[in-house]
Amino acid sequence: MKIALSTTGYCLGAPLESRFGRSPRFIIYELDNGSFEVIENKLNANAPQGAGVQTAANLITADIKAVITGHCGPKAFSMLDNAKIPVYLAGNVSVSKAIELYKSKTLSKQESADVDGHWQ
Amino acid sequence: MDTGSKIPISPFTVAVASGKGGTGKTSVAVALSIAAGEGVQLLDCDVEEPNSEIFLRPGNMKSEIVTVPVPSLNENKCTGCGKCSGICAFNALAFLGKPVFFQDMCHGCGLCMKMCPEGAIIEMQRNIGTMQIGDSVNVRLVSGCLKVGVAMATPLIRCIRSRVSAEVLRIIDCPPGTACQFMASVRDVDFVLLVAEPTRFGLHDMILAIKALKRTGLNFGVLVNKSVSKDDCIGRFCKGEKINLLMRIPEERKIAEAYSRGIPLLESMPELKQDFIRLIEEMKNTAMGDLMV
Repeated sequence: MKIALSTTGYCLGAPLESRFGRSPRFIIYELDNGSFEVIENKLNANAPQGAGVQTAANLITADIKAVITGHCGPKAFSMLDNAKIPVYLAGNVSVSKAIELYKSKTLSKQESADVDGHWQ
Repeated sequence: MDTGSKIPISPFTVAVASGKGGTGKTSVAVALSIAAGEGVQLLDCDVEEPNSEIFLRPGNMKSEIVTVPVPSLNENKCTGCGKCSGICAFNALAFLGKPVFFQDMCHGCGLCMKMCPEGAIIEMQRNIGTMQIGDSVNVRLVSGCLKVGVAMATPLIRCIRSRVSAEVLRIIDCPPGTACQFMASVRDVDFVLLVAEPTRFGLHDMILAIKALKRTGLNFGVLVNKSVSKDDCIGRFCKGEKINLLMRIPEERKIAEAYSRGIPLLESMPELKQDFIRLIEEMKNTAMGDLMV
């Protein structure tokens, strides 16, 4: 089962990026064997609007089963929620720490977006 | 051309703009419309906070709803072919087996509808605000009011601009700034009157507006409001850059007091009326001169 973590870096020691849609890239972590791959999100990170929407669409297509990020806005949340992908929020931690917190079920599943959209 | 004959009366459109907000655009736009006498239309394009109405006090404003086209999906017709995937420049369409629309981000370009081979994407209307039309003593006023939460003012501004009437003098009260709303308001006008205040902030934002205007090739000139000295930063800048400084309105407490009560500038300072009439002539002559070259 694959989960997606927003990050600024390329390895598990890299910090978790607090933004979802404008995260420069994502680490797609395979929980079954501990392997991971990095997917770039540059196009969305620089989009004039709708970064969260397209990022969510890409992750849904990548067949991930959970998202761990810093914050998640209403449009991205509704997309992920519709696709039955839970969103977990973590603060100022590394990607590996966030995975650890997720595995130990310390992170709670978000019931809604935690920040407002930019156009409301 | 027979220059001896009278100049024919043709419509003249002037946009009253500024970079910085609060420099006196509305005061000047209303003063121009009152000074001109008959045959004036004022188009208040500052749709995020329209206020020309407060000073012109038109009776019986007629209001109409302004909409923009947005897409909607006919689920029965959609085959999930994906031809609409990734085409939206505004990220208002996400493709997840079928398109999902985010109407508040849609700019109404219609591309997704064109791309759909099944005709499954249909056009709906989204309400973005209202437009008010009414007459005061000598001025026909068209004004727009953007709905709270809507981040797209330009379609509403275009709608106001489309209501231009037969009046020979059209005055556009522009929104502040130099973004899309400003460009939509000054597009195709005969003259742009920049209202500036002699502060560093005022100068900075006026320069931004001038930079934007220079790219449009439109005629423009500067009016200094709240003027204390002729040798101020705006005056020096205009002299150095050979920009036409057309008029100065002095800094006067009674102007501010009248403004706060919704009293137009020309009621608190009637002596400025002749200056405004001259200003209109000068702007017209500049625009006409441009045509004759």
